Amino acid sequence: MYTNFFLELKKFGIPVSIQEFLTFLNCLQTNLTEFEIEKFYFLAKTSLVKHEKYFDTFDQIFSSNFNGLEKIELEKFLDKMNLPSEWLEKLAEKLLTKEEMKKIKSLGNFEKLMETLRKRLKEQKKRHQGGNKWIGTAGTSPFGAYGFNPEGVRIGQQESRHQKAVKVWDKRVFKNLDENTEIGSRSMKIALKRLRIWARNGLDEELDLDNTITSTARSGFLNIKTRPERENAVKLLIFFDVGGSMDMYVSKVQELFSAARSAFKHVKYYYFHNCLYEGVWENNERRWKEQIPTYDLLHKYNKDYKCIFVGDAAMSPYEIEMVGGANEHYNNETGRIWLQRARNQWPNNIWINPAQEDYWKFTQSTVILQDIFESRMVPLTLNGLDEGMKLLN
Amino acid sequence: MQFKNTENYITTEDLEMAVNAAINLEKPLLVKGEPGTGKTELAKQVAIKLGLKLFEWNIKSTTKAHQGLYEYDAVSRLRDSQLGDKKVNDIKNYIKKGTIWSAFSSEEKAVLLIDEIDKADIEFPNDLLHELDKMKFLVYETGEIISAKKRPIVIITSNNEKELPDAFLRRCFFHYIQFPDHETLTKIINVHFPDIKKTLLQSALEIFFDIREVPGLKKKPSTSEILDWIKLLLVEDISVTDLKKEPKDMLPILYGALLKNEQDVQLFEKLAFINRNQ
Repeated sequence: MYTNFFLELKKFGIPVSIQEFLTFLNCLQTNLTEFEIEKFYFLAKTSLVKHEKYFDTFDQIFSSNFNGLEKIELEKFLDKMNLPSEWLEKLAEKLLTKEEMKKIKSLGNFEKLMETLRKRLKEQKKRHQGGNKWIGTAGTSPFGAYGFNPEGVRIGQQESRHQKAVKVWDKRVFKNLDENTEIGSRSMKIALKRLRIWARNGLDEELDLDNTITSTARSGFLNIKTRPERENAVKLLIFFDVGGSMDMYVSKVQELFSAARSAFKHVKYYYFHNCLYEGVWENNERRWKEQIPTYDLLHKYNKDYKCIFVGDAAMSPYEIEMVGGANEHYNNETGRIWLQRARNQWPNNIWINPAQEDYWKFTQSTVILQDIFESRMVPLTLNGLDEGMKLLN
Repeated sequence: MQFKNTENYITTEDLEMAVNAAINLEKPLLVKGEPGTGKTELAKQVAIKLGLKLFEWNIKSTTKAHQGLYEYDAVSRLRDSQLGDKKVNDIKNYIKKGTIWSAFSSEEKAVLLIDEIDKADIEFPNDLLHELDKMKFLVYETGEIISAKKRPIVIITSNNEKELPDAFLRRCFFHYIQFPDHETLTKIINVHFPDIKKTLLQSALEIFFDIREVPGLKKKPSTSEILDWIKLLLVEDISVTDLKKEPKDMLPILYGALLKNEQDVQLFEKLAFINRNQ
């Protein structure tokens, strides 16, 4: 049973190793779970899943593997013990809401309900389906799953049919920690931090111990040597597409922008519209007055700079391929030529596309740009950024 | 040894399970979660509850793994040798114990907190793999092997600034402290302020959860913020009616404790402006 669960976790991309699995089995032997399905779930989660981004997947797999397990545990429990009343009460407390508890009238009061539950559990010897007395599934008895009686105690079913007692794992509270869906500025910074080149620059402020020892030994007196501190020496050049179809992605791109600014010391950024042509601008409000010739940038920033284009790549193919195809001015050279110049000058380059990856293939211009960038186009998701940073390294 | 709710610290069942699993199997527990949800506090409370000594190691961006084990002070030995100090003959005089060493050499079981492990360099966790797994290490300078007398309970916190290496994760239990729900938060506040009036608490929580739900907040207020805020409310003796009264600028009373970012304050002002115009 557990092995299947383990294999399924692996199959759905949760990185679990044998070592973790053995730890988990060890845990089970320590009796920490006290035969409670919920504790079993917590234990499995803490020992097998090591990142919150996998919680949602884990919850789903757990649900499909172990729902209904409560029933088995319960029967085992019945065999072994004499049904402690605290346990039953706890079970009921967990499964019934306050209002439901109040509603229990048909059977008298809560103690009565519990007593009946205990009696029925004892009477029951084999699994059954339907009927209105026994505990099992799909009966009208107050006990068991799929019951319609308002005070029914839920003991095992695929999902909450009346949404009264949703199990923790069926709640799927960790849905939005799933990496492919959401992205925040903080998490972007983490992704961007992948891009690091350590170098020693600036003032000699750090004691260079090795060198001090060597030179002291050599000269026969204490000869202190210092060196500059290590810092991230990555230089970035970012081009942002603004206006038009990019408006939809403004907030997402803003986050990327602020993340990049705080993660790197040397970041230069410029704006363009749809495709790169002979001019870009630094300030979007004064875009018509203060254009900077793209040639200047090509000469100013050397090959050390890593170049990132951010844009949705959605435009008419003419804007890339034709002279005069640009939609806001007349361009003497095609966008393709300008993009290729930039790519030649800064060989470490990627295109980050905020549009959903599934739709890329339906936009002709996106396909063309992917071709120009030799598939170095990544979506603006955490995984995409991760991949992009790897390409840039 | 079992960890449960303490007087000052409300836990959820899943957190208890994670801590108890870590205690029983003697493996480190890695705790993550939104800032201000009580990650560091957990280790302290575990130590208090179980009556154990706490060894705290706070990590900075410049911290190196070996600093937790020991440091060999070569510079002062070099200096002493110039001065002809007798101390210089024994290298042990220049080896300073780090926090991990101290925890290992404790006669009784102890709690070792490695706080904000993600602040350090990416390689940092890898450098501690063996030490935390086997709970022993070699002092290179003296050839001595230090191993834990009693394996300490190791609690590691992370703020998610860097991804931790898989090999490291595999050796830990993992728990993500979720932001508490209404009920748990009420419990937490009651633990800290037992005398607070129910009505005040209720409306304060309403305002608080409303603020958390405002889309576009840069820094959502969390547990430590609401505790600060409620403390302020109590100190200033704010009544429920004051709290419920819509202030002109829509910002909640004493908002400084909740909103820590001027962009967030501006966002609220903007929302208030829109509200007034409607």
